[in-house]
Amino acid sequence: MEAVHHLDHGHEHHPAGIMRWVTTTNHKDIGTLYLWFSFAMFMVGGVMALVIRAELFQPGLQIVQPEFFNQMTTLHGLIMVFGAIMPAFVGFANWQIPMMIGAPDMAFPRMNNWSFWLLPPAALLLVISLFVPGGAAAAGWTLYPPLTVQMGMGMDLTIFAVHILGMSSIMGSINIVTTVLNLRAPGMTLMKMPLFVWTWLITAYLLIAVMPVLAGAVTMTLTDRHFGTHFFNAAGGGDPVLFQHIFWFFGHPEVYIIILPGFGVVSQIIPAFSRKPLFGYASMVYATASIAILSFIVWAHHMYTVGMPVAGQLFFMFATMLIAVPTGVKVFNWLATMWKGSLTFEAPMLFALGFIFLFTTGGLTGIVLSIVPLDVQVHDTYYVVAHFHYTMVAGALFSAFGAVYFWLPKWTGKMYDEKLGKLHFWLSFIFFNLTFFVQHFLGLAGMPRRIPDYALQFAEFNAISSVGAFGFGLTQLLFFYIVLKCIRSGEKAPARPWEGADTLEWTLPSPAPYHSFETPPVVK
Amino acid sequence: MTTSDASRYYLPEPSHWPVTGSVALFCMALGGVLMMNGMVTPGAVSLAIGVAVLVYMLFGWFGTVIRESEAGKYNKQVDVSYRWSMSWFIFSEVMFFAGFFGALFYMRVLSVPDLAGLEQKLLWPEFAGGWPTAGPGAQDPFTPMGAWGIPAINTLLLLSSGVTVTWAHWALKQNKRGQLNLGLLLTILLGICFLALQAYEYVHAYSELNLKLTSGAYGATFFMLTGFHGAHVTLGTIMLIVILFRCLAGHFKPDHHFAFEAVSWYWHFVDVVWLLLFILVYWL
Amino acid sequence: MYKGLRRSVALLFTVMGGAAHGAYQLNLQEQQTRIGQDIFDLHTLILAIVAVIFVGVMGVMLYSIVNHRKTAGRQAVQFHENTTVEIIWTIIPFIILVAMAFPAAKTLLAMRDASHPDLTIKATGYQWKWGYDYLQDGVSFYSNLSTPRGQIENKDPKGEHYLLEVDNPIVVPTGKKIRILITANDVLHAWYVPALAVKQDAIPGFIREAWFKVERPGTFRGQCAELCGKDHGFMPIVVEAVEPEKYAQWVAEQKKKQAAAQLDPNKTFTLDELKAHGEKVYAQNCVACHQANGAGIPGAFPGLAGSKLVKGPKEAHIGIVINGKAGTAMAPFGKQLSDVDLAAVVTYERNAWGNNTGDLVQPGEIKALRK
Ligand code: HEA
Ligand code: HEA
Ligand code: HEC
Ligand code: CUA
Ligand SMILES: [Cu+2]
Repeated sequence: MEAVHHLDHGHEHHPAGIMRWVTTTNHKDIGTLYLWFSFAMFMVGGVMALVIRAELFQPGLQIVQPEFFNQMTTLHGLIMVFGAIMPAFVGFANWQIPMMIGAPDMAFPRMNNWSFWLLPPAALLLVISLFVPGGAAAAGWTLYPPLTVQMGMGMDLTIFAVHILGMSSIMGSINIVTTVLNLRAPGMTLMKMPLFVWTWLITAYLLIAVMPVLAGAVTMTLTDRHFGTHFFNAAGGGDPVLFQHIFWFFGHPEVYIIILPGFGVVSQIIPAFSRKPLFGYASMVYATASIAILSFIVWAHHMYTVGMPVAGQLFFMFATMLIAVPTGVKVFNWLATMWKGSLTFEAPMLFALGFIFLFTTGGLTGIVLSIVPLDVQVHDTYYVVAHFHYTMVAGALFSAFGAVYFWLPKWTGKMYDEKLGKLHFWLSFIFFNLTFFVQHFLGLAGMPRRIPDYALQFAEFNAISSVGAFGFGLTQLLFFYIVLKCIRSGEKAPARPWEGADTLEWTLPSPAPYHSFETPPVVK
Repeated sequence: MTTSDASRYYLPEPSHWPVTGSVALFCMALGGVLMMNGMVTPGAVSLAIGVAVLVYMLFGWFGTVIRESEAGKYNKQVDVSYRWSMSWFIFSEVMFFAGFFGALFYMRVLSVPDLAGLEQKLLWPEFAGGWPTAGPGAQDPFTPMGAWGIPAINTLLLLSSGVTVTWAHWALKQNKRGQLNLGLLLTILLGICFLALQAYEYVHAYSELNLKLTSGAYGATFFMLTGFHGAHVTLGTIMLIVILFRCLAGHFKPDHHFAFEAVSWYWHFVDVVWLLLFILVYWL
Repeated sequence: MYKGLRRSVALLFTVMGGAAHGAYQLNLQEQQTRIGQDIFDLHTLILAIVAVIFVGVMGVMLYSIVNHRKTAGRQAVQFHENTTVEIIWTIIPFIILVAMAFPAAKTLLAMRDASHPDLTIKATGYQWKWGYDYLQDGVSFYSNLSTPRGQIENKDPKGEHYLLEVDNPIVVPTGKKIRILITANDVLHAWYVPALAVKQDAIPGFIREAWFKVERPGTFRGQCAELCGKDHGFMPIVVEAVEPEKYAQWVAEQKKKQAAAQLDPNKTFTLDELKAHGEKVYAQNCVACHQANGAGIPGAFPGLAGSKLVKGPKEAHIGIVINGKAGTAMAPFGKQLSDVDLAAVVTYERNAWGNNTGDLVQPGEIKALRK
């Protein structure tokens, strides 16, 4: 690689202190901002989850009142999805995409800055909503009317927060699409791009396609609330179910927006620690694209019980089941990559393996849910809660942890403490299952979600789940400590700390220079 | 600022415009919420501050971009980036409108017939359905908006504005500055006429047809779709005015004028949306 | 072989599940209807299939983890891309899915066939209770949570059916196809009784249907399954299935009770009569939001104690109770309550919690103010 690195180039007139972070146009700075923001939001959303779990530890109302409980559930869902998981992956994208395709930065560095700096005001609006009369929105993260029409001004704050988050996502995605399509180094053809870049390219398309639809949906909620429209009101010829259709047209692709970059991360980690190339690169790309395309025609599997015609149920059931095929292709590819490899099990690999194990579990319960007669039994019960925490926590969050351990040496130039990293994995793995596996049983037995109190036959599993949740939460403090320790006193990391890692970023020194590739590398 | 050796990339310096915009949006959101919840004065103040800061930010940010462009910092690579980004931005707008068209489709084809169907007789014994309608609970009769008056004229206006903007673009490519400025001016005037007629139509709807935002399914979809479209025309017109001033100031070269093209793409997009509106909202 | 597998998995689950109501129950509740049984079996089948897939996939992974370790001295074999393998692992899952889709579609079609019901009951979701109208038999009543507040607030020990008990259960005859027409009055609710395999969203302004046919007598408990606000967790459903003869008896009794409870709307009541009746109406319909002490919940539900509106002119007060307030949780109670009930509850509010206006509202005044 003949890249020329100007380590100390162009720093002269950059503002220092906090203004450096506020005004930065550097993809690495912005990536760092995204990641810290995401972690902070994970803490906030996590504390809300702990409020939920604490209240559910025993039957009866102990800690919070029902309306506050509903606010916690709603904000927990919104903050985790929009504040923790999505920004985490945008953070990885910012750090990694330019390095992986041999570009100096993102295509639109200033707009990149704005994409990030829209997040804090949106988060602030959500947090403020807790303190206004009537409290925060308490209609679930799905924001179904007419309950949303009844809410107080917390709902309006939420709606505007969603608008701003949407702007941020759309600008961020346009930036990523443009960077990938236009800033690749010479020779870096599309089919040579690392899979992480591919998954993000496809994710960015999904975001551009569905975030505006969500914006439209909440806008209609706003006018129904304040300007007397009847989009979601039967008396005017509208229909509350209309909102659900629009929401899930956004919402289902959204769950793949959450998981696809995670797939990308795992597709980088598995080959690196198997010391083998990815088994079927091309089929991985096609599988990702198929998942994305299919994701647009399955939305009503969230609405099997609204009373849609049976033909609709059949269509959405079959379409949903189909998604198992490309997802299976991905899982099998990872397995084939590991097959006859030379495996080692550092923390990133552990999280990737944990991902495969637990995400497959979540995917298979997804298949159970996709089957209408079964979903009618367990819809809106803890079975669904278990399903989506398996896909989102053990899926997206675990892959994010894997990504942090994988790339931390590149970002900081230092190694994390491997022993502690492994401990973090094992504790997370155990407590995660303790928290969420038992929720399958609760759901099957008929415990509805979004309730602050429950019948006595659900007591035992809820107690177990709550214990697990606190254990899982405490474990994440360990993660915080590991990252801090790495930044402060980690050992010096080599340019390529992982023997099997072969993408472009590992050709740069650790820590990576401020502008990744000022002269584009030539990829053969 | 760093221009790399191969001068393929342009990396802008740190900028405070983005965060300024974030502050603006925060103030606007907060102001809007307060106003809608009975705290009108503090809300209006916050909203006004937000709008002022936003306008300041837009001037500052776009001013910077224009200066950079005129200083020749945008090479071919940057130009292509701008093209990709504008295309996908317009695509996101398409999806935004698709949401509202979807709502219209759903009500006309699904929920209104369903409400008039046999199963719902227990709740709405008298409702006969049909379109336009203000729904089974409506008490206030209204007259729907006809297609062949103002809307038809507006269609003509917008279609011809599409022609004039293309005419101006040809002129720019051949460096005929006079025709360029004239074409742009005509486009802007057509846009303004469209908006004026649209405003008149709204007044007419409210005062004579008793057609309001609150007029059930029809009123809601009618005003939301035409309203958001009108907002986009307004934005497009403002952008055209900016471009006209830049043309008058001698900006743009026959082979380098992406800002002009971006605005004309946007304008054509607004045009196409109107055609759909005309057919689906007014006509059918 | 397949049948055998299915049966043994089912057995395993019954064993693990233990009694239907016991703690640590692992599976779906014991089903009381044919369709429910079909669904239960379908679940067992699907679970078995995905369990086999899971074990297979994880087995391969585990094998690699154990045998292809670097510490075991393994060198990586650098193979990749193999079209045959890739086609196989695309086709096989597809075939499995098709195999799953058939029984699923069959059960679904049977489940959705609500034709030829013997009895039709309308169920309406309110914040936060269910209202039932027996369309053929002319019986109507509301069904409220009957668990005492003290149990919820951990002051008293919790009863056996904590949170799953109501004052008026819905009674149905066994062996008959019961169709439930489900709708809502304010926001979304969902009518969910696990043992009967029914879950159907209740959508305000629309009627949706579900059905069940219980084979043997029993009491089956469920609850609202769609977030509907504050007391979403506190609006249970109790279905009592009884023999048809007993059902006929029950209908007759209900009719008698309803007739007896009818207070004459033309009578002129005394203040004490109205207050006493009003307190009951209030406890059934209003406490959830405005609270027993009339203080409401600040920010969400206004207090009625000392409220200007309640202490002001009668018309405005009666108006909001009859017509509700659009866009808020305050429902139009004119549709739910009789003139006597309304008169009583308004009178009660105007005289309780220190609102000592001494006013008295007669049913006739309500009638006059109804649109
Ligand atoms: C990261 C997020 C994520 C992901 C990836 C998924 C993946 C899937 N989900 Fe999930 N889902 C959610 C997040 C996610 N989901 C959330 C948040 C909700 C609830 C929202 C709310 O109501 O609040 C939800 C709810 C939800 C429902 C509605 C439940 C209800 O409310 O009643 C359904 C129903 O069909 C469903 C199905 C699926 C399916 C079929 C997949 C598939 O993509 C899974 C595919 C994967 C596999 C199948 C495993 C690997 C494959 C193989 C090993 C091949 C062989 C397999 C077979 C042949 C079966 N999901
Ligand atoms: C990717 C998104 C994501 C993530 C990461 C999580 C993480 C967690 N969630 Fe999830 N959850 C959702 C998305 C997510 N959730 C969504 C979308 C819903 C649906 C909402 C709705 O119904 O509208 C939901 C709903 C939901 C429910 C159902 C609520 C209800 O129906 O009423 C529950 C209940 O157990 C729950 C629990 C948890 C727990 C215990 C974690 C844990 O993993 C969290 C762990 C993290 C921490 C605990 C924070 C870090 C630690 C500290 C700050 C240190 C302090 C800790 C201690 C002192 C112990 N969540
Ligand atoms: C589901 C919740 C709910 C229930 C049940 C309910 N209310 Fe209300 N009520 C409200 C809300 C919310 C408001 C505030 C409406 C507004 O914003 O003006 C309100 C307002 C009122 C007011 C006006 C108070 C004032 O000071 O403005 C009266 C009187 C009232 N309710 C009486 C009743 C009576 C009588 C009943 C029972 C028959 C009842 N409510 C049941 C939610 C409820
Ligand atoms: Cu009614 Cu939930
Ligand atoms: Cu989905």
